[in-house]
Amino acid sequence: MPTPLLEITGLSKSFPGVKALDAVDLIVPAGEIHGLMGENGAGKSTLIKVLTGVFPRDAGVTRLSGQVVAPSSPREAEALGVSTVYQEVNLIPHLSVAENICIGRQPTRLGTIRWGAIAKRARAALARLDLSLDVNRQLSSYSIAIQQMVAIARALDISAKLLILDEPTSSLDKSEVEELFKKLRILRQDGLGIIFITHFLDQVYEITDSITVLRNGCRVGCFSTKELPRINLVAHMIGKTLRQTEALEHTRASTATIRSDAPMLEARALGKKGSIQPLDLDIRPGEVVGLAGLLGSGRTETARLLFGVDHPDQGTIRINGHPARLRSPRSAIRYRIALTPEDRKVAGVIPNLTIRENIILALQASRGSWRRLSLPEQEKLADKFIQSLAIKTPSREQVVRNLSGGNQQKVLLARWLATEPKLFILDEPTRGIDVGAKAEIEKLIQSLRQDGLAVLFISSELEEVVRQSQRVVVLRDRRKVDELTEAAISEEAIMQSIASHSMERPEA
Amino acid sequence: MIDWLSDLAFWIVFAGILFALRRQRIFWTVGALALLLFFNQFFTPGFFHLQVLDGHLYGSRIDVLNQGAKVMLLSLGMVLVIATGGVDLSVGAVMAIAAAVSSRLLVTQHQPPGVAIAVALAISVLAGAWNGLLVAGFGIQPIVATLVLMVAGRGIAQLITEGQIINFLDPTMVYLGNGHLFGLPFTLTLVVVMLLLAHFLVRRTALGLFIESVGDNDEASRYSGINAKQVKFLVYTFSGLCAGLAGLVACSNIKSADANNIGLYLELDAILAVVVGGTSLQGGRFYLVGAVIGGLFIQTLTTTFYAKNVSSDIAPVPKALVIIAVCLLQSEVFRTRATRILGPLQKLLNPISPSLHRQQPTIARHDSPEP
Repeated sequence: MPTPLLEITGLSKSFPGVKALDAVDLIVPAGEIHGLMGENGAGKSTLIKVLTGVFPRDAGVTRLSGQVVAPSSPREAEALGVSTVYQEVNLIPHLSVAENICIGRQPTRLGTIRWGAIAKRARAALARLDLSLDVNRQLSSYSIAIQQMVAIARALDISAKLLILDEPTSSLDKSEVEELFKKLRILRQDGLGIIFITHFLDQVYEITDSITVLRNGCRVGCFSTKELPRINLVAHMIGKTLRQTEALEHTRASTATIRSDAPMLEARALGKKGSIQPLDLDIRPGEVVGLAGLLGSGRTETARLLFGVDHPDQGTIRINGHPARLRSPRSAIRYRIALTPEDRKVAGVIPNLTIRENIILALQASRGSWRRLSLPEQEKLADKFIQSLAIKTPSREQVVRNLSGGNQQKVLLARWLATEPKLFILDEPTRGIDVGAKAEIEKLIQSLRQDGLAVLFISSELEEVVRQSQRVVVLRDRRKVDELTEAAISEEAIMQSIASHSMERPEA
Repeated sequence: MIDWLSDLAFWIVFAGILFALRRQRIFWTVGALALLLFFNQFFTPGFFHLQVLDGHLYGSRIDVLNQGAKVMLLSLGMVLVIATGGVDLSVGAVMAIAAAVSSRLLVTQHQPPGVAIAVALAISVLAGAWNGLLVAGFGIQPIVATLVLMVAGRGIAQLITEGQIINFLDPTMVYLGNGHLFGLPFTLTLVVVMLLLAHFLVRRTALGLFIESVGDNDEASRYSGINAKQVKFLVYTFSGLCAGLAGLVACSNIKSADANNIGLYLELDAILAVVVGGTSLQGGRFYLVGAVIGGLFIQTLTTTFYAKNVSSDIAPVPKALVIIAVCLLQSEVFRTRATRILGPLQKLLNPISPSLHRQQPTIARHDSPEP
C-alpha cells in the first residue's frame, strides 16, 4: 500500500472543560475526496484547526506524504501544501479577482507589484479549475459560487497537496453546487487529496469516495461511501437509534389544526421594486405555509417585507382583517409577528450577551426600558426555555457565542416564543445545525402549529418544506410562480414548478 | 504614628476590596490603581499624608479625588457611548461651552448662579442631543459626527466669552469645584450622585441591556425590536450632560472660564478611562464603576507625575507606557502568553481565570471554541 497523502494518528486536543478531540485517526490518500462528517460539536472544526496550525495539539502525529509535520500557523500549513477554504468566503469583495488570488504573496520587482505577473498567475490558477474569468474585474461582481471557486483557486495557487473545504456549499444553489463538484472532480484527477465537510447528506454521497465520522471528539469509523447506507451514516453521526428521524419521515403535516379560514395575515399584491414582485399570501392560524425556491428567488425578501425590515412600495397587508402598516420590526412585533432570520450571526444572536439576556431581549424590547423584567423573572423565563427546548448549556449565564449553531438557533426561537407570537416567520431555521437539533426544531414547529400559531416556513431543503407545510408557495426569480396545497405537495411538484417556469427565461 | 496606622487601615480596606473583586472584570482596573498607590506609598514622600483643616480633609489622595472628578464625570457619559459602539470626541469642547455659558450669564448678564448653572447644563444636553441626532438620526459615523462639535465647540465657546477669559467670585459657582461636603470635596459627591443616577438609568431599567445589545450587534437588536436610534440618541445626550457638569467643575476649579483651555484633550483621558475600566472600544458589555475607577487611575497617574516633578511636556510618555501596561494586563491573549512563559506564577498572575474558564463551554457539543 502506498504512503497515504495525509495520515493523522492519535490526535488529541482539550479545551478547558472539554475534550474536543480524543485520539482521532484520519487517513486521506492522494486523489480522494474524503468526507468528514459529524454533528455540530463533534470535533470537525477543531480537527481542521489543529491540522492547519490554528490550535496547538495536545498529542498525536500528523504525516504528510510520510513526513511528520506539525504546522504552528495556517501560513506554515499552506507552505506545507495544506490549504483551507472556509465556510464564509474569506476574500476581499472590492479587490479584483487577480488581486484576491495573489494577495499576500504578490510577485514584486524592486518592491513594486508586477501586475502583469499577477494576472498571469491568477489566470493559471483559475485554469486549473477549468475556469476562465476576467481576472481584472471586481470580485463582488461575480456570484457567490464563482467567489467560492476563486477562494479555491487562491488555495490551489500555492502548490497545494491537500485541500480542505469547510462547508463550501452552504451558500450555493443546486446548479452552483454541480459546478463546484465538477471542479472538485478535476482536482481529484490531478491527484489532490480533498477533505470535504458538509451537513448535506446528498452531497456527501454524490462527491466523496470515503467518509470519516466523528462524534463527541472521537472517531466513530472510516467507511467507503459506496458501502455505507445512508441510514447507517446518520446513526453513526447521532449515535442513537433512528426513531427520532424516522418519526419525522412519517409525520406528514395535516390540515386538521387549521382553526379558521380567516387568515391571520393577508398580503395582497405586496411587492418592492428590485426585491420581490407583487405577490398574494395568506397565512391562517394553525397553518404552516412553506416558502420554497432557489437561493435568491425572493424568499428572504418576502420575509423582510412581512417583518417590517424592508418597506413595500406597493400592495397591502391585513392582519386579522385589519389593514396594517409595518414600518419596522418594532411595529411588526406589536402585531405579534416574530422572525428568526436566515443569517443568525448578523441579524440573530447577540454573541457576547448571555443566554438569559438573549432570550428575554425581544420581550423586554416590547415592554420598553422602564418596565424592566426583574432578575428572577428573567431567570425563570430563561430556565423555562432552556428546559423546554433542551438548550445544551452548563448555565443560563453562558455567553451565546460559545454555543453550537443548533443551540444558538434554539436561543433565538426561545427569544421569540417568550413574546408569545401569533405569526412566526422562520427563515432557514435548520441551516447549519446538526441532525438532532434539526429534528427537535421540526417537532417544535409542529407543536406551535397545534397551538394555533400561523407559521411561515422558509427552507432550501425541499424535503423539509414538504414535511412541514400544509401549503407551499413557490418563488422563482423574485416572483411567486405557484401555490401547492395538501396532497399536491411533493418534492417533485415543487421542483417541477420551479423548473417549468425556468424555461420561460434563461437562468440569470 | 497616626499616619502609619491610617495607611495600614487604608491598605487593609483596599486589599479587602481587591479580594472581593477577584472574579470581576474590574479587578485589573482596581489592581492597577492599587499598584500605582503602592508605588506612591514608598517612593513619593508625603503622598499618603492626610491632614484635617477646618473639618476638611486635605492630602494628595484627596486632591486626586477632586481633580479626577472631571474625568470621572466624563467617563460616565463616555462609557455608555462607547458601549453602543460609538465614541464622543466633543466632550472637551462641550465642557468649554458649559463653562463659557455659565460664567457669561453670571458675570456679564448678572444672573443668579442657579440660572447660570441650569442654562449651561441645558445647553450641554442640547449639544449632546445634537451629536445623538447626527449619529442616530442621520447615521453619520460617531467619530466624524462628534468631531464636528469637537472642532466647532471651542469656537462657539470663544464666541460666547467674546474671546475673553471671564473671572468670577460667586460663592455658589466657586463651591462647585472647591467646596467641601462631609469633610470631602463636593466634587466627590457630584461624581457619586451621577454614578448612582447612571446606574439607576441603565441597570434599574432595561436601558443597559439595550445599550449592550445594540453595541454588540446593532442589526440583530433591531430585529429584536429594540429602538436602536433612541438608545443611541439617549447615550449621546447623557454624555452631553456629563460633559456640562465636568465643564462647570473645571471652570469653578480655576474660578474662571478660559474657552481655549478648559477640557482640552480631556476627551482622550475619558476614552482611556473607559478602556482602562474594562470596556471594549468595540462596544457591548460596559462597566460603569470600572470607567469611574479608570478615571481615578488616570488622575492618580497625572498627580504622581506632578509629585515626582516630571515635566508636563514629557509626562505623556510615561503615562502612555503605564496605560499600555494596564491594557496588556486586561488582554486575555497577553495573560495567556505571559502565564505560559511565567508558568509558576500562573496563580498569581491569573486569578481571574477560574471564572473565565468556567464560562468556557463545558458542553459536549460545543463547536470551535475561541482560540
